[in-house]
Amino acid sequence: MVERSDSPHPASTGAEIGRAAEVASDLEGPRVVSRRWMLLKAGIALNGLIGIGLAIPIIRYLFSPIRPDSAYNSWVSLGTADSFPMGETRLISFTNPWRRPWDGQTVDIPCYVRRTGKRQFQVFAINCAHLGCPVRWFPQSQLFMCPCHGGVYYADGSRASGPPTRGLFTYPNKVVAGNLQIYAGQMPTLSNVPKPPESAKLVNIAAPTPEGDCPCRG
Amino acid sequence: MPRMKRDAKTVYNWLERRLQIEGPVKDAALHKVPRSTASWWYVFGSAAFTLLLLQVVTGILLALVYSPTAANAWNSLNVLNHQIPLGWFIRALHGWGSNFMVAIVFIHMCQVFLFGAYKFPRELTWIVGVFLLLMTLGMAFTGQVLRFDQDAYWGLGIGVFMMSRVPLIGGALVHFLLGGPNISGATLSRFFTLHVFVIPGLLLSFAMVHVWMVLKLGINEWPMPGRLVRRETYIAIYNRLSHEDGIPFVPGAFWKDLIFSGAIVAAVAVCAMVFGPYGPGGMPNPSIIQTTPKPDFPFLWIFAILAYLPPALETPVILVAPILAIAGLLALPFVAGEGEKSWHRRPIAVLTVSFIAVAWGVFTHLGTYTPWSPHMNAWSSDAIPARYTHSATPLVREGAVVFQAKQCRNCHEIEGVGGQRGPALDDVATRMTPDEMRYKVVTGGGNMPAFGKNLSPAEVEALVAFLETLHPANERPAYDGALRETSTHNGSPPPVTGSK
Repeated sequence: MVERSDSPHPASTGAEIGRAAEVASDLEGPRVVSRRWMLLKAGIALNGLIGIGLAIPIIRYLFSPIRPDSAYNSWVSLGTADSFPMGETRLISFTNPWRRPWDGQTVDIPCYVRRTGKRQFQVFAINCAHLGCPVRWFPQSQLFMCPCHGGVYYADGSRASGPPTRGLFTYPNKVVAGNLQIYAGQMPTLSNVPKPPESAKLVNIAAPTPEGDCPCRG
Repeated sequence: MPRMKRDAKTVYNWLERRLQIEGPVKDAALHKVPRSTASWWYVFGSAAFTLLLLQVVTGILLALVYSPTAANAWNSLNVLNHQIPLGWFIRALHGWGSNFMVAIVFIHMCQVFLFGAYKFPRELTWIVGVFLLLMTLGMAFTGQVLRFDQDAYWGLGIGVFMMSRVPLIGGALVHFLLGGPNISGATLSRFFTLHVFVIPGLLLSFAMVHVWMVLKLGINEWPMPGRLVRRETYIAIYNRLSHEDGIPFVPGAFWKDLIFSGAIVAAVAVCAMVFGPYGPGGMPNPSIIQTTPKPDFPFLWIFAILAYLPPALETPVILVAPILAIAGLLALPFVAGEGEKSWHRRPIAVLTVSFIAVAWGVFTHLGTYTPWSPHMNAWSSDAIPARYTHSATPLVREGAVVFQAKQCRNCHEIEGVGGQRGPALDDVATRMTPDEMRYKVVTGGGNMPAFGKNLSPAEVEALVAFLETLHPANERPAYDGALRETSTHNGSPPPVTGSK
């Protein structure tokens, strides 16, 4: 055991080394070996520059998932519009358009489709607007209920009770050539509220023609 | 034999000549500590470190098999559970080790707080400890994500939804956390990186710094009421304590650390053997929505608080409370860096710990049975007790059918069965008159949705007729005094009927 009286523990060895270094630096102070010190500083500066140079691509890589919502969303078909009975709400899942081969089943995104008219649909995200848990539809009482904290929504998605501050998120939808399409791709949250694409206003949803509903057919 | 001993000594000397580690190790092991610190109260830090090592070892063993892709993580955990010999046991050790580590780290923190160990000169030890606590919780959360099942999937959703409340950068933060627009393979890869590389690396280095400071500054002496900490005098007092009334750390105090750490590891092993591994639960397929997501034990209290907060307070609390709490912990040694150490003379400290412990216990307990959540299957699986309908009128029976079919039971208990979101209805008739019931059912209010659009007038009448029978046998149902005065019955309160 090393006994010392001036400090709690063998800590003072560090201090002694420090003092020794001071003495040494007095002998070989910056003035004496200014060239070495300058070269050391040059070395630090060089490494600093290279570090900054590398930091830029690293940060770019690290933050690459941050993109505008429109980069992740696209129109997804949920099948023929007529497969959804009038006045009812159905659970259906679609394959997320933004995916990787190793995503497994996480690309199967559920949503609720409510048909209110011949061409009128409401497509609700599965996620409760409180904290994102999957809400369940009860056709008997015409309510969506959330199992996590008890958020409840009416059939039209508006908030009925519980902690959510808003109604269910709805995906923009349109009917093209008899197919119901939604604009989806990312998990809706309070900061990523689904909204129609910028170009949506250019889409001319024409009156139904005998050939079908596609506005592209002129 | 003597020859072997001589050879061993030669090898040792060869190594020591090059490593030169004997001196520092001896210094660390034999440094004197105040006799009072050789106490069973001082064993939690070393136990936490032992558990960290256990987690590292079992984690490496699991990584030999675990496949960190969204497509295969869940499958590989099932292979571990069912096909690899004793894979289940290693998973159970890691899972229970995690629970024990969170618990021991918290106990260690409470002990250190109550013993005033964060005061001068150990402020930085405390601050590093706060980060160790945060990283331990970070490991617990990311570990839950790696158990890539339904709870992990929707738990991630909850975490992301909390982040989405951050003003301005909420949306970007969501993408950053998820590694994309959705919970997917990229998300699991991120959390794998955090759980296996980033946080453990930081955790181990911070733990080393923490232990280094304990060695350099000495173990906190047993606090005596009235022996105040002063910057000017503390070091001298501590040196006197550790040198005049001190004992070498090894073996004087260390034997207790060893025995407690061993006992804790044994407890982890016994729990692992008896209770087995955690999950994985349902497969992480978001289109299977028949699930009731719940976080792991260390986070149940947060889950409970999120259910009870008024909606308007939620975002401020989610965003501000953690910052305030962490800032408070970090500021503690600067606010109270001197003065009394003994809990005998620090009533506020004792009250704070007691209050937090009780609050934490209550919220965690509530989190285990979530009275705020509707019971999704109550309407179809919990029967109305037979005696409620045994000699009831057809209208009352029809009302009981409406009560079940319209999912009222999901939120309202009868005879202790059903959801607890709303009040139990066993004696609702004594609280509400039929008119009040009608109004409440049709328009909703408070936490109750309005059923006006979804119930026909006949259904409402039947339901109210049924609810009116729900009162104790000897207690009258509530009645409207004004109506009574003007009714043809002329003053007699309704008779006690339809009692259960």
